[in-house]
Amino acid sequence: MSEASLIGLLAATVSFGALLYLAALGEMVSEKAGILNLGVEGMMAMGAVSGFMAALEFGNPWLALLIAVLTGAAVALVHGWFTVVLGAEQVVSGLSLTILGIGMAAYLGKNAVGRPPGAVLAPVDWPVLSDIRWLGPVLFRQSPIVYMAVAVGVVAWLVLSRTRIGLALRAAGESASTADAAGHSVVGLRLGAVAVGGGLAGASGAYLTLSITPQWAEGITAGRGWIAVALVIFGAWRPGRVALGALLFGGTLALKTRLQTFGVDFSPILLSMLPYLLTIGVLVAISIRSRNRPSPAPAALGIAYRREER
Amino acid sequence: MTGAGVLTTGPAVELLGIWKRFPGVVANAGAHLRVERGSIHAVLGENGAGKSTLMNVLAGVYRPDEGEVWVEGAAHRFRTPADALAAGIGMVHQEFRLVPSFTVAENVVLGAAGRLLRRQAIEDEVAALADRFGLATQPDRPVWQLSMGERQRVEILKALWRDARILILDEPTAVLTPAEADELGAVLRRMADAGRSVIFISHKLHEVTGFCDEATVLRRGETVAASLPVAETGAAELASLMVGASPVTTGRPPPHPPGEPLLEVTGLSAVGDRGLTAVDAVDLTVRAGEIVGIAGVAGNGQRELCQVITGLRPSTGGRVSLAGVDLTRASPRTRFRAGLGYIPEDRLGVGLAPRLSVVDNAMLRTYAEHRRGPLLVADRAAAHCAELVERFSVRTGSLDDPIAGLSGGNLQRLLVGRELSEHPRVVVAAQPTRGLDVQGVKFIQDLLIAERGAGVAVLLISEDLDELLTLADRLLVMHDGRIVGEFDPNTAARREIGEAMVGHVRASGDGPSRPDPAGEGP
Repeated sequence: MSEASLIGLLAATVSFGALLYLAALGEMVSEKAGILNLGVEGMMAMGAVSGFMAALEFGNPWLALLIAVLTGAAVALVHGWFTVVLGAEQVVSGLSLTILGIGMAAYLGKNAVGRPPGAVLAPVDWPVLSDIRWLGPVLFRQSPIVYMAVAVGVVAWLVLSRTRIGLALRAAGESASTADAAGHSVVGLRLGAVAVGGGLAGASGAYLTLSITPQWAEGITAGRGWIAVALVIFGAWRPGRVALGALLFGGTLALKTRLQTFGVDFSPILLSMLPYLLTIGVLVAISIRSRNRPSPAPAALGIAYRREER
Repeated sequence: MTGAGVLTTGPAVELLGIWKRFPGVVANAGAHLRVERGSIHAVLGENGAGKSTLMNVLAGVYRPDEGEVWVEGAAHRFRTPADALAAGIGMVHQEFRLVPSFTVAENVVLGAAGRLLRRQAIEDEVAALADRFGLATQPDRPVWQLSMGERQRVEILKALWRDARILILDEPTAVLTPAEADELGAVLRRMADAGRSVIFISHKLHEVTGFCDEATVLRRGETVAASLPVAETGAAELASLMVGASPVTTGRPPPHPPGEPLLEVTGLSAVGDRGLTAVDAVDLTVRAGEIVGIAGVAGNGQRELCQVITGLRPSTGGRVSLAGVDLTRASPRTRFRAGLGYIPEDRLGVGLAPRLSVVDNAMLRTYAEHRRGPLLVADRAAAHCAELVERFSVRTGSLDDPIAGLSGGNLQRLLVGRELSEHPRVVVAAQPTRGLDVQGVKFIQDLLIAERGAGVAVLLISEDLDELLTLADRLLVMHDGRIVGEFDPNTAARREIGEAMVGHVRASGDGPSRPDPAGEGP
């Protein structure tokens, strides 16, 4: 294996890692507030198509990214309306959102298939840093979205663990009646978290069509939304661990397309199973450990809250 | 920070003509309440009398259908608990509103304003507040590690932190040991002396007479007596107001010779939820026509013992047999068929399925009898349920409604009825009367006595020593997973039993004793 191809692998690992991290962070924020959103794949698809089409329309990649974020948030709020406001079953609503999102993205993007991008978020070359051997090309010649993902991760960690609104959001996910009795709006907190989750999934989708690929094709998200959902469990609902998991799972995505060029005789299908196998392993570890202490999963995850229920 | 503001006269709280209806139930029917500043005010009533609903209206959890809420001279229309908090009303709910994975300090400041969360600073502030009111606590400990008494102190701290001038406590002593309850009384008195008002919901009369100034009594959602001075009224009068007739206490059943041993437990051991030994080599025998009581402070293995006997928890050693048949490895269903009835401590959850209808719950144990081929016969199930409801005086709405709408007493009547109607030979009853009103308690106790008379072996686990002393033919004391003493309820001194309950065993019983030389009582 040449040095260049190894660098290519590592750079792709970081890139795919950021893709997964954005979506997983969003899902984590939503789950921290107690709302499981299995619609990540659908929200990503909607972000991907809306970002790509906005770039075609306006020619400005940043505006395109913003539109993708807003689209993701709007789609997520459909889930929020059903699950938070109406108290519907979260799994059913989330799965519907995935199917709806993928279908609607395919329909809206019919005319965009195969077209060259209207604008791209090109990799930025950091002065000096990008010339460092190994490190430069891997870390400092990435799309701006990669650096945004890191920043969003830090902000998410700070907000969740160091601010009152973060405490309130976590309380809504641990025990909604407690958060309510403490005077917080559970509906507001949960809707907000769901919208943030959708926005980040939208950004993740736009990263595909504005930078990684950059094209629109039906099914471009290719199950990465599901990996993001698994990643939240793998990272035990902690931003730092989710980041490590994102790099690990991003590595499997990067390796999958390169196995043959490296001449390794290993089935890429088996490799794409790896994230899920690792997640199941983590789930087993969590259940064994939680005999003695509470599970890291938010205690009220998936449970609708209605105040006057007796 | 004391609540006695500019105005020092006039009531702290006034509720007028409160109506609140739930599907099929009128919880409050024009109830009223007036609480003076700086006083401890008891709200009394049987289960289902509407106490909790009325307090939830005051705390902004429920919106009343009709009625007025006045706090410190101003009319309010609370839409959320936050509104009530802003008006100075803090509520400690029966089920604690705490986040188990958060620390004490995080729970306390959860509702407070401000942007940033500085751990050390809030921990210090919470510790200072706790000191001021004499509430022992550890601000940096996660709540899931705390005892029930400690959790309650966290709840009170939460209200104090928000500067609540009116503190509502919903059945605060239900989860406390007697010593913790006394300590709570002292804390509440300090708060009242500092000008705050305390509303104390209870049906334990000795606590009400022990540390309340005034009492308001509710019955069937209405106020039947308002702001009675407790000292002059007396417990007997309050009790008769609560039930609307003079209360009848169950007398000791007449002695009769027990028959052959039916439930035999030898060397039984099991581990608890946290992987530690919870039941430690327990031996006990219950004979036909005998009630054997198990006393003990909550959390000393009683719950696990019941679970092992009924097959809900695997044993790690020992043997359980019913009328000579070994059931140690049998499934709960096999045990039921062998004649083991179970009245679990956790009525809604283990005993009954909250979302299922009354009919469905009634046939959970015996659904196989209401079938034709693979299909259930609805008519037969409904008839069975109607019969139970009739025989055990269960007050329900439609039998097809979810059972969660029933009050605690009616849930228990249905549950006990379901278990007893199948003619068990052995009944394991865990806290069968806990949380029930006076009439409910008597009803259930009479049923157990009737079972005893019919030759059933009853194992009664209770935290209510009076109940055990009244009903039991023999009394075992459980401490730290072991049976540490056996007493004759006719002759035993309460103090000796109390000593055994905390592990100080003197030469009193013929059970396996485990003296504790370090902690001898006087």
